[in-house]
Amino acid sequence: MNKPLRRVAIFCGLLVLALLVRVNWVQFVEGDQLKNDPHNRRVAIERYSTPRGNIIVGGKAVTGSTTTDSGDFKYKRTYKNGKMWAPVTGYASQAFDANQLEKLNDGILTGTDDRLFFSRTVDMFTGGKQKGGDVVTTLNAKAQKAAFEGLGKQKGAVAAINPETGAILALASTPSYDPSSFAGMSNKDAEAYNALQKKNDPDEPMLNRALRQTYPPGSTFKVVTASAALENGLYHDVNSKTDSPLPYTLPDTSGLPLKNEGNIPCKDASLREALRWSCNTVFGKISADLGNKKMKAEAEKFGFNDPGINTPVRASESIYPEDNRPQNAMAGIGQASNRATPLQMAMVASAVADGGKLMKPYMVDQLVAQNLNVVQQHTPQQMSRPLSPENAQKVQSIMETVVKDGTGTAAQIPGVTVGGKTGTAQHGENNKDNPYAWFISYAKTGKGTPVAVAVVIEGSDTLRDDIAGGKLAAPIAKRVMEAVLEGQK
Amino acid sequence: MSSSTTNTTTIGNIGAPSRRNTELAMLVFAVLIPVFAYINVGLAKEGTVPAGVLGYSLGLGLLAGVAHLVVRKWAPYADPLMLPIATLLNGLGLIFIWRLDQEHSLGPAMAPNQLMWSTLGVALFLAILIFLKDHRVLQRYTYISMVVALVLLVAPVFFPGVNGAKIWITIPGLGSLQPGEFAKIIIAIFFAGYLMVKRDALALASRRFMGLYLPRGRDLGPILVIWALSLMILVFETDLGTSLLFFGLFVVMLYVATERTSWIVFGLLLSAGGAVAVATFESHVQTRVHNWLNPLELLNGGVTETAQAMYSFGSGGILGSGLGQGYSRLIQGIAPKSDYILATVGEEVGLAGLMAILLLYGLLIERGIRTALAARDPFGKLLSIGLSGAFALQVFVVAGGVTGLIPLTGMTMPFLAQGGSSVIANWALVAILLRISDTARRPAPAPAPSTDAEMTQVVRP
Repeated sequence: MNKPLRRVAIFCGLLVLALLVRVNWVQFVEGDQLKNDPHNRRVAIERYSTPRGNIIVGGKAVTGSTTTDSGDFKYKRTYKNGKMWAPVTGYASQAFDANQLEKLNDGILTGTDDRLFFSRTVDMFTGGKQKGGDVVTTLNAKAQKAAFEGLGKQKGAVAAINPETGAILALASTPSYDPSSFAGMSNKDAEAYNALQKKNDPDEPMLNRALRQTYPPGSTFKVVTASAALENGLYHDVNSKTDSPLPYTLPDTSGLPLKNEGNIPCKDASLREALRWSCNTVFGKISADLGNKKMKAEAEKFGFNDPGINTPVRASESIYPEDNRPQNAMAGIGQASNRATPLQMAMVASAVADGGKLMKPYMVDQLVAQNLNVVQQHTPQQMSRPLSPENAQKVQSIMETVVKDGTGTAAQIPGVTVGGKTGTAQHGENNKDNPYAWFISYAKTGKGTPVAVAVVIEGSDTLRDDIAGGKLAAPIAKRVMEAVLEGQK
Repeated sequence: MSSSTTNTTTIGNIGAPSRRNTELAMLVFAVLIPVFAYINVGLAKEGTVPAGVLGYSLGLGLLAGVAHLVVRKWAPYADPLMLPIATLLNGLGLIFIWRLDQEHSLGPAMAPNQLMWSTLGVALFLAILIFLKDHRVLQRYTYISMVVALVLLVAPVFFPGVNGAKIWITIPGLGSLQPGEFAKIIIAIFFAGYLMVKRDALALASRRFMGLYLPRGRDLGPILVIWALSLMILVFETDLGTSLLFFGLFVVMLYVATERTSWIVFGLLLSAGGAVAVATFESHVQTRVHNWLNPLELLNGGVTETAQAMYSFGSGGILGSGLGQGYSRLIQGIAPKSDYILATVGEEVGLAGLMAILLLYGLLIERGIRTALAARDPFGKLLSIGLSGAFALQVFVVAGGVTGLIPLTGMTMPFLAQGGSSVIANWALVAILLRISDTARRPAPAPAPSTDAEMTQVVRP
């Protein structure tokens, strides 16, 4: 009987071994994943077990924590002027997890990040309570306020960047939401949260339009097309005539004309005049002459087709499409399948303004431990160089003409050199929906180039002819630039 | 059989040490570890050493001490590992239940009752050691055992089910009893007695077919009856664990008794067939399988008990959150203190602690099988392999179910989990194993002087 007994002994050993392997799998291999699963309530319990660290703008916290008595959670997140800052902070809710900076820097804000290990250990010995660290942003409170109030009741977004560093100065999106309204876990919080969802509110207040929504960039994209023409040597002088017939028919089509808005002097117009009047025919032809490959390459140098633009909140990918000749010509004037986020267009203005260098956009300057030790400091990085310094000068000069005596006069600031470009992007089948009004610009002073900005306004009730970016979007851009410049003095 | 009587090389050489002092030394640790764990929980939860620590350590120490003295007196050659392991597991179980009692959302305190049941379990353990002088006495009750086991297994059908499984006998005013836990021991006694008598018929009267020995039709009878019975338990009591346990137990004992691999093949075929057949129409089983395949699935937007257990394990990580510092109270379901107690263990003492506890179970099982190897009589061999096998299957089914290795079944972790019937029955199981091992390891009496021997010596020059 002993032989089968020994076999049974081995079998029982294997059963125990299987259990050991399984617990190793669950607790070690899958452990971290299970530990951080958003449905694992421990994540939220931990997050709200201590006063959460703050998100700082200009030395002041835009967030806070308050004690609650809601079961498992000791603290609740609060927001100061939540609607204005929501596109920056995101939300942290006891019931609905967190997003954006609140989520990405959760370890620092909660105080569990490994980089806080030292100060946590010190706290343990000195009897101090664990407290989260702070996230110091690059945002400019005045610029943000100007952007948010400028947008007002309109649907749209603003992104402003410091061209020299890539620091994001303003990031506004309207309509917005107050993350305080559902920070807790009561029924009221749930109602507030549900009311903000897309299915209940078609305006999508929780969509971060500045980073996560792509629009056809319209005529503002002509800045990229002009850059492509100069960089690829198609034209060398922005003041000499281009080879641009009027009327112009799209290539490979049986006489489908590309029209201009109104009766503007576009025949053989120089790049300066073409940008000033926003000539579709001139830039459509440039795009066609350069071809899809070169256009795409230049757009990509400006940041298009990059799915990994992390600010650290990830921006949606802006698209310059791979397409046939007529579609490519349309894409050259910011139509067809061409799509860009407001941040992307601010990056375009920024690269031109900074002498052709594109800096990596970022909005977290420092992560600071509770004892004020800096655990992470951002150093500005160059992303690419879409323009040579000489060509950047040329593009700057024609953009400045647009503001000086072109479509963008509404953005003029006395005593400051402003360069910009308006845009009115068609939208909807057969252009039946209200178009998007765009404006991108930068401001230069003797001391440097402190701000580049992009504004987009989704079709409002204003009359179609009246919606041109110059009238709706440019004034907002102006207010934002002024706010930044004021802080410079 | 001759092989087993002469095979005394593994354990039980004549003059083998009794190892009682080893047992005593290990018992000290088995008492101290839970006491430290108790203090640890108190410090973590309230910041103070719990008031009951003195009473608890004295109580546990007393139980262990008395058990040790009784073993020393009445079973001096018994295996030295089983009593310390059982004490340690029971002590830790009490701490974990007490720890979960501190979470008021989990209902009334269970630890005091569990302590009482543990005391009763130890009392039964002592009674068995004192009054059961020789395990072979049990052989006389082979068929009575069968009847009792059948009654115990069938009885829950007539009582209301609890949480989807009919495994309880409820006696109004007295509480409820889980007869399956006791049936496990009694049915092992029946199988051992029955197989000892029939094993030659089962093993030898068979035809060879494709390398397998096919048993005769009439010898297949018993296995089919047990099979049908376990399927009926599954269907009428919706108790996956118990039916698996009994069928597995029978197949293991049959294999050991007959040394025929064909029985294992038949057993596997029958259990697989039965399981598939039942699963096709029993929604209860289907739900369990579904939950097993999709442990993290949301139910009506809420996190399921299965998922909570997985989160518990995952959050514990390698070293655990520390006793009293986990959040296993989130396992709000029906059985955080019994079926799911392993999740609390995993979260609070981590992978390291959980593996240690699983190894303790493994050690206890292998000591039981070693007892079977060392036993000199076939009944003792069969009984001890039956008991250890049942214990092993139960540990595997419960721990495998909670950790998501196999579909979850409603059974309790021996010694660790809350449940009176379970702890009493398992102490009885250990007592019987100790009795068999004492008999097995006891030095053979010196041979009586034989007159024949003297005569031959006279002849030899």
